[in-house]
Amino acid sequence: MSAPQRTLAFAALGAFLVLLPFAISNYHVFQLTMVVVYAIVLLGLNILTGFNGQVSLGHGAFFAIGAYVTAILLDKTGVPYWATVPMAGGVCLVAGFLFGLPALRLEGLYLALATFALAVATPQILKYRHIEQWTGGVQGITILKPDPPPFLPVNSDQWLYFFCLVIAVPLYVVGWNLLRARTGRALVAIRDHPLAASAMGIDNAFYKSATFGISAMYTGVAGALGALVTQFVAPDSFPIFLSLSFLVGIVVGGVASIPGAVFGAVFIEFVPNVASAISDAAPWAIYGLVLILFMYTMPQGVAGLLRMLERRFAARDWSLAGKGQPAAPPTLALPLKGEGKGGRKAD
Amino acid sequence: MDTFLQQVLSGLATGGIYASVALALVMIYQATHHVNFAQGEMAMFSTYIAWTLIDGGLSYWLAFVLTLALSFVAGVLIERIVIRPIENAPVLSIVVVFVGLLVILNSVAGWIYGYTIKSFPSPFANDAWYGGRYMSPHEVGMISVTLAMLLLVFLFFRFTPLGLAMRASAQNPVSSRLVGIRVGWMLALGWGLAAMIGSVAGMMAAPIVYLDPNMMSGVLLYGFAAALLGGITNPWGAALGGFIVGVLENLAGAYVVGTEIKLTVALVIIVGVLLVRPSGLFGRTLVTRV
Repeated sequence: MSAPQRTLAFAALGAFLVLLPFAISNYHVFQLTMVVVYAIVLLGLNILTGFNGQVSLGHGAFFAIGAYVTAILLDKTGVPYWATVPMAGGVCLVAGFLFGLPALRLEGLYLALATFALAVATPQILKYRHIEQWTGGVQGITILKPDPPPFLPVNSDQWLYFFCLVIAVPLYVVGWNLLRARTGRALVAIRDHPLAASAMGIDNAFYKSATFGISAMYTGVAGALGALVTQFVAPDSFPIFLSLSFLVGIVVGGVASIPGAVFGAVFIEFVPNVASAISDAAPWAIYGLVLILFMYTMPQGVAGLLRMLERRFAARDWSLAGKGQPAAPPTLALPLKGEGKGGRKAD
Repeated sequence: MDTFLQQVLSGLATGGIYASVALALVMIYQATHHVNFAQGEMAMFSTYIAWTLIDGGLSYWLAFVLTLALSFVAGVLIERIVIRPIENAPVLSIVVVFVGLLVILNSVAGWIYGYTIKSFPSPFANDAWYGGRYMSPHEVGMISVTLAMLLLVFLFFRFTPLGLAMRASAQNPVSSRLVGIRVGWMLALGWGLAAMIGSVAGMMAAPIVYLDPNMMSGVLLYGFAAALLGGITNPWGAALGGFIVGVLENLAGAYVVGTEIKLTVALVIIVGVLLVRPSGLFGRTLVTRV
């Protein structure tokens, strides 16, 4: 796409996103808001897992921290709801950075294992007796739905949607700029070859723990928004399966792809709704199948598929016009199939 | 003192379950350097199969043996169909596929059997002679079964040609291939054995934790902790780690943190071991050439 075309496309997308909530029911607005929330989480997780190669199965824990910070602040203090969101992000930034420091010493599978343990233990920690006075124990905390500002002609559901969107868009712009520039290339270099990266002067330790912090911050902001949208937090809202569904989201959308995070969010919001009509267990059966099938057949996810289609059609255009075809842009995507490092070769 | 002894002994009993899970994990890790996140759900599914068989009127021990056989076959099939194509893939793909497996087994069990908690019979009668002041008969039986199984596994690997072939292909696949061992099939057998050992753990744990699709998530976490503590490269270390973790868990639950956040103990052990001594108590330090 050329630059004017792209501007036009973004303008159309923006108009669509602004007008959409006025055309659908309140319940659908709620679902759409959750898509925005998940899209923020998935971008955060993608920065860490897709671009930096640190596999986290525990982002549900940071989502929970963000949600609880907002809920506790609203419940115990007079902080306005919009101010709790950056606070939740800040707390998670610190929490993520601190968890990222020991994670520096954990490579690949071990990090996945440690974060898996974190996610499994999260509900229990939230139920812990001695912090019950803040967290509300098993009962959790109920939050009031924030009122829309009086000068806007929207109801409270639509207001929450716009509130989340207004936070999500800058986060996406920041994420996009971060990943397209020097920092992003450093992250990818660390993922693909840590030793070569440090030989080129990249401070691996700093980048990796900072990435963990930023990723956790995105997740925490989303957790805070999620708490506002669902108006309720309780330990059992954050089971290990929440973390696993984030993983499903980035695999479906496309690992190491920014638009992929949005596709993934749409998937994890709507597919369970459709599938649970069949059986309670059906959404997860589908998730599992999708995880394995995508890994075998479409490891770059929906975003990869779209990219491939675009390239194919674009190539045809160029050949018709008879111009020199520009080389394909360098991709930051992760090679997911084929020989890994130190692969075992047997019969 | 009495309660202390009781805590230690019942810790040893649950430790047996963790030891079995840890052993199953190590078995797969040694051969392929994969950590099987689905190990717990595989054990859970086997336990449901045992429940179905017992419910259908079979005697406990017959159902036990049949379950072991079925689990073995299922483990081999999973390796052949799901794991083999991604053998040499990068970490993320492997983790994703294992998580997919976990999720599928969990949801299929929920789909077939429902999410209500079922009780699972113990083969050890409540008033059996071997029950004592400090341990219930089931705990005594559980420890005996675990130890017997460890012994059998040891004998298998130490004294049979097949066990030798399996050890060889885990240690040096290329040379093993050259002397005519079918390395791929040895891996599949390893998966079968791991599934079998896991199913024993599941059937022993079920009378205590009750049967439901999420019964093994805590156990799996302790299994991870045990494998890492004992050394994920050393099967016997991992088994010993299981017993240590069982006792630690019980003591911490009774005297330090309370029973509600026992899982955090596992988290602390996992992160602690990985930070302080990544090779575990009895493992080899891995040296990689770059």
